[in-house]
Amino acid sequence: MYLTDRPIDLAAFFGAPRPSDGAVCLFVGVVRNESEGRETVAIEYQAYEAMAESELAHVVASVSQEWPGASVRITHRLGRLSVGEPSVAILVTAPHRDTAFAACRLAIEWLKEYVPIWKREIRPDGSGEWVESTRA
Amino acid sequence: MRVRVLYFASFRDAAGRPEEDRELPPGTRVLDLWEILSREIPAFTRFPTMPPAAVNRLYQPGHVPLEDGDEVAYLPPVAGG
Repeated sequence: MYLTDRPIDLAAFFGAPRPSDGAVCLFVGVVRNESEGRETVAIEYQAYEAMAESELAHVVASVSQEWPGASVRITHRLGRLSVGEPSVAILVTAPHRDTAFAACRLAIEWLKEYVPIWKREIRPDGSGEWVESTRA
Repeated sequence: MRVRVLYFASFRDAAGRPEEDRELPPGTRVLDLWEILSREIPAFTRFPTMPPAAVNRLYQPGHVPLEDGDEVAYLPPVAGG
């Protein structure tokens, strides 16, 4: 299960590296307080859950294939999140840092490209707006 | 044949429902169903071409024929992360 309705526990997610690992790269996406100059107080995440699970598995498998030696884990939050809360976490461990950085970058880019998850930015007045451009 | 159509995010708002069943003639393709829905839901016409579509939770191109029992979703631009 890659999707969760509960707050992401980063300490638990971090886990223990393998004995062969020499590098751990952790990417965390968090809710920002503005979007193109407009204030955001919260973000609501919605997913096509069954497909998002299989697409996230596909991202993990593809990144692992692209960067042999990398171990990839992903968790993505759904529901309403406040400013500062983690929305996504990607952890890559590898024998060396070049692989860890590259695989982590690839994982978040492919996630944003292919995984059917949407977000609605909530404004201070309570109105909301679906994000539908690459700035996401 | 009958297929289930799922709506998400802005498409769900535009359709006013999260899902529905559709009776379609045999041979209806992914693109054909998009065109049918676009005629009913004006907000869909802001997309000049069919958005990415999924059949049974896999991305599929427009020419793929639908089959009885399929689960179909047209996906507005994704924004995970």
